[in-house]
Amino acid sequence: MADAVNVPASLLPPARRRSFRPSGIGGWLVWGLVALFFITLFALISTVVLDSFATTWFGSWLPDDFTIHWYGDAWAEFDLSSVLLVTAQVAIAVVAISALIGVPAAYALARRDFPGKRLVTVLFLLPILIPPITYGIPLATVLYRLQLAGSMSGVILANLVPTVPFVVLVMIPFIEQIDPKIEAAARMCGAGTATIFVRIVGPLLVPGILAAGVLVLVRTVGMFELTFLTSGPSSSTIVVVLYSAVFGAGIRAPQEVDAMAVLYTASMLVLLVIALRFVNPTQLVTRVGGR
Amino acid sequence: MTTATGTVPGAPGVGRQSLRHRLADRGIDRVLLLLVPGVLFLALLFVYPFLYGLQLSFAPKDGGGLLANYQNFFSDSYLRDTIWTTLILGVPAALFNVLASVPIAYRMRGRFRGKRTITTLLVVPIALGTVLTADGLIELLGPSGWLNKLLRDFNLVDQPVMLVHNYWGVFFSLIITGFPFAFLLVLSYLSGIDPNLERAASVMGAGWWERFRRITFPLLVPGLAITFCLSFVLAFSVFPSANLVGDPSGSTRVISIAAYHAAFEQFDYSMGSAISMIMGAIMLGIIALVLGWRSTMFRGATGGKG
Repeated sequence: MADAVNVPASLLPPARRRSFRPSGIGGWLVWGLVALFFITLFALISTVVLDSFATTWFGSWLPDDFTIHWYGDAWAEFDLSSVLLVTAQVAIAVVAISALIGVPAAYALARRDFPGKRLVTVLFLLPILIPPITYGIPLATVLYRLQLAGSMSGVILANLVPTVPFVVLVMIPFIEQIDPKIEAAARMCGAGTATIFVRIVGPLLVPGILAAGVLVLVRTVGMFELTFLTSGPSSSTIVVVLYSAVFGAGIRAPQEVDAMAVLYTASMLVLLVIALRFVNPTQLVTRVGGR
Repeated sequence: MTTATGTVPGAPGVGRQSLRHRLADRGIDRVLLLLVPGVLFLALLFVYPFLYGLQLSFAPKDGGGLLANYQNFFSDSYLRDTIWTTLILGVPAALFNVLASVPIAYRMRGRFRGKRTITTLLVVPIALGTVLTADGLIELLGPSGWLNKLLRDFNLVDQPVMLVHNYWGVFFSLIITGFPFAFLLVLSYLSGIDPNLERAASVMGAGWWERFRRITFPLLVPGLAITFCLSFVLAFSVFPSANLVGDPSGSTRVISIAAYHAAFEQFDYSMGSAISMIMGAIMLGIIALVLGWRSTMFRGATGGKG
């Protein structure tokens, strides 16, 4: 499938290169649907951004007046500096550990054919295919019994469950691209296994590890269910704080919540733009879902 | 070449050597040790919790036999109906996402300027998060939102149209997050179909509808089945948006809310695990149904692919 996707552009006749211009009723309908989706998306984001800068806004087209004080209020009320610190610590720990566990496993799966390989592959696929809320409840129950839930280590452990397999699946194609002859040549020249990993395979895998790492970072910062089920007051990441601000008890100005949501989305967008420098979105989804 | 070593019987030392070689021939050597941390980790934190939850679900908190939790779930209509609520939300949302993706992806399967921009823009909803989506939907479609204001200014409605804090709010939220995912998946499946097949049909005089119906669509069906399954799983496990833009005690009390409520609000972990198991079983059942349908229905058309 992967090689079929990358049909070189030169092989396609020039007639297939179409411009943006729609043609026919069907074409207009399709572009209309796409446009409707993007307009809705744009309007949806605009309302939240506008509201986060609004003094008051009710029933009119635009807010009465603009202010930035909601951002300061949200920062102070939700103690965002420590929330962001927790989020960063959890995310970095998850990225580092899932790379340490996942990359070697991906290497073994990419290089060897062994009895029971299908079983191991299924084991690595299941946590990605099954939604977190389904296995999250039993997982959180176990972590509560072990007194790990509520602490940062519990949140990190829970988040590793989908990210370790994710790293494995992203890394396998990267490792398959490296010619095993390079490793054989290094061995012929007298390099030991450790040297081969540190000086040959490691440097060649840096782009893949970076791509996997950024994607895991995005997933972990955005992971609501598992963090929500396992975190306590001092170990909540920003998604959970955001959700609790809306759904939890207490009365807050909606603009404050919106300000925080805008901050969250802005930082996620920055992470995604970085991620997209490494991975093409269509390939990204094939890797996550197709295999 | 190396198989010869395995067949030669020899001294004990040579025999050990040959065992190692024979194992290496089947792919078993020290490289496999690299798998151990990963497999161990998943066994401890994925397989074990699952089995623990399964066992816990058969040990009801208040006693009453092995199956008491399951009996309670299916006899209490407040709990049982969550299955229906989830299906009536998840199936149409997943179907919409997949079916809307097909014509759009079909139009966009070629190369054209701006394709990369569009696929990049479609990743934006991943960054939104549930809360911003929910707040945006409330502010856009709510009683005093832009949509209702527009409708009233044009005198199309007298009363504001209620589109949030009910079924529709959750449905829209599922489409905003689920559609880009389904679309990118369908697009990559479509790009995997050899364009020469369609060109050949075109040479033989088939119109675009004929080409789509006889060539592209049958080849796309396996991909569509998988896309539907993944979209359905995403929609079936909806939890935060059912609370935020839905009506979590009524029309959008989905099964994940019931499971969370049992486990972490009533602290009945046993019941919570039982509901999780039911949730997983229904999901797997639907997936098996869809994949089974696909294998019986279009075997001839897809079988010729290789």
